[in-house]
Amino acid sequence: MEVFWEYAKAFLVGGAICAVGQVLIDYTKLTPARILVTFVVLGVALGGLGVYQPLVEWAGGGASIPLTGWGNAIARGTREAVAEKGIYGVLSGGLTISAAGVAAAIFFGLMGALVFRPKEK
Amino acid sequence: MENLTDHAYGEMVKKASPPSKSFRDIPLAFLIGGGICTLGHFFISQYERWGVSEEIASPAGLITLIFLAVLLTGLGVYDKMAKVGGGGSLVPITGFANAVAAPALEFKSEGMILGLGAKMFLIVGPVIVYGVASGVIYGLILYLFKLY
Repeated sequence: MEVFWEYAKAFLVGGAICAVGQVLIDYTKLTPARILVTFVVLGVALGGLGVYQPLVEWAGGGASIPLTGWGNAIARGTREAVAEKGIYGVLSGGLTISAAGVAAAIFFGLMGALVFRPKEK
Repeated sequence: MENLTDHAYGEMVKKASPPSKSFRDIPLAFLIGGGICTLGHFFISQYERWGVSEEIASPAGLITLIFLAVLLTGLGVYDKMAKVGGGGSLVPITGFANAVAAPALEFKSEGMILGLGAKMFLIVGPVIVYGVASGVIYGLILYLFKLY
């Protein structure tokens, strides 16, 4: 039962955040690129205000997998780096914490583009 | 017709305008987005169960999703899923991975450097730019006001 509730929280929070994205698609003229930018910047802001991390602790993947979760990670990484390394951390924190994810997207993206053929539209 | 009340006019407008897709779109985005997050949560818990530290399990779960999204993009499945899922397949990290892989694949024909290599960042470039910049601004605020 506890495991069920854990996954239900991830599903509900993740679904709700994605539903917000769909509302933006349906009711504004925001393009996908603008929506992704909005979510990341919003994540940095909410993470910076300390609002988002409790949600990650409560909903796990439900909050860390939407792109707002990346923004929150940038804020957390920056805060930790500034505390540890001072002004150097201002620049190093955000990308250090997201290095593996960004490298994975770039490397797998490159491999995928080399291996597969473009589909007919 | 002259004595049309606001209410009656509103009803006429409602009848004449096409039915909103939102009734279908928003629940679908919720289901698919929630599903992707639940799958990611499963990967993260599984890595923790295998003894991976909490600090690494979470990014490892994200990386697994990124890998799957690139694979499904290459197979042409992710784009089909995105037509149904809308925001549900755009907002999770898999949407970010799809936004890297899809233009990289599509523009491969324009060359390895300015085709694949450059167009890969067509959509995610701005996301990285504004994500990193807002992190730096946040860091400056922390540093200048000694909030850390």
